[in-house]
Amino acid sequence: MSDLPSAKEVFTRPLIKDNPVMIQVLGICSSLAVSSNMKTALVMSLALTFVTAFSNLIISSIRKYIPNSVRIIAQMTVIASLVIIVDQLLKAFSYDLSKQLSVFVGLIITNCIVMGRAEAFAMKYPPVLSFLDGLGNGIGYGIILCFLGTVRELFGSGKWFDITLLKTVNDGGWYVPNGFMLMPPCAFFLIGLLIWLTNQVYKINTKPEYDTSRKDAS
Amino acid sequence: MDLLNLFIKSVFIENLALSFFLGMCTFLAVSKKVKTAIGLGIAVIVVQTIAVPVNNLVYTYVLKPNAIQPGIDLSFLGFITYIGVIAALVQILEMFLDKYVPSLYSALGIFLPLITVNCAIFGGVSFMVQREYNFTESVVYGVGSGTSWAIALILLAAVREKLKYAHTPNGLNGLGIVFITAGLIALGFMSFSGIKL
Repeated sequence: MSDLPSAKEVFTRPLIKDNPVMIQVLGICSSLAVSSNMKTALVMSLALTFVTAFSNLIISSIRKYIPNSVRIIAQMTVIASLVIIVDQLLKAFSYDLSKQLSVFVGLIITNCIVMGRAEAFAMKYPPVLSFLDGLGNGIGYGIILCFLGTVRELFGSGKWFDITLLKTVNDGGWYVPNGFMLMPPCAFFLIGLLIWLTNQVYKINTKPEYDTSRKDAS
Repeated sequence: MDLLNLFIKSVFIENLALSFFLGMCTFLAVSKKVKTAIGLGIAVIVVQTIAVPVNNLVYTYVLKPNAIQPGIDLSFLGFITYIGVIAALVQILEMFLDKYVPSLYSALGIFLPLITVNCAIFGGVSFMVQREYNFTESVVYGVGSGTSWAIALILLAAVREKLKYAHTPNGLNGLGIVFITAGLIALGFMSFSGIKL
């Protein structure tokens, strides 16, 4: 372990540059499903950040004792226990929200971000760094989720955190809500466009598998 | 008739991949070729058909409040039990196929162990528990939701095979355009949502 990455780098890299959703394309399932309004999006990102950070911390502190052949099961057990804690807390303190999130809190267990970070980072690096990595990835996921939530809720129902910003026609205002924003397919389009944007900003050139442009066919 | 309705509902109207976004990671990663997509699709149908009813039994006879003894409520252990049952099932299925149906085993290859962490299976199980299906319903729901995921996967793979030759804007190649394609397929499936059963 001579070339440990610096703590700052570990924490900030996954925020935008190596974002788990945009660049690594992990944890798409939940980011699409709960982003139709801001409240669920925020709670989901908090829950995921908590689980990723602590599962990384715990798995990293016991990484030397986990036999390689059963590591997936061991990681699963740690993650599942943490998710149960989150689920119980949600049920106790905001029951309505936990009903709204329905199965998606449970699905944090199979969220690829948590497993992916545990496998790729926590098994190799010491606890504190792993904790920061988990925190960074969780927040990176949260940024995307909140962005999607904002766009979808604002244009879909004219609200943000249930506060009316654009008064809709039905309530006597001027804004005609774009109901499509609240539907599932919209999330696919938004993520596709976001990936396009990040690729453009970071100048990642994705080569097509076959070049079909006119100019080579002279 | 109720069971047929449930089946149609779980395949088309409440498609796991396209309206609940479950199993997206594998959905995007393994949909490059129709052949592999069919392999994985079959594997998911098989595992889902077994996992949902088995977890239904586990839930009804062990975890449900007052199931073991009056006054004992183990439902908070739900998640950890389901994922354990799924992992064990996949492992058993793998050993069984290796011993008795080696041709299918080699065809499924790496996909079988991957299914453990596929949210489609876990999501199916969670929905079954949440909607309180009985045993027969859970069998039907298992087959239906597995099929729905497989159909979506194979459809996307078929489109992606053609998409390789398309001339997409720079930066949108690869995953960006795949997302938009999936969105269009989901839009098509939304037309089923008007069906009242």
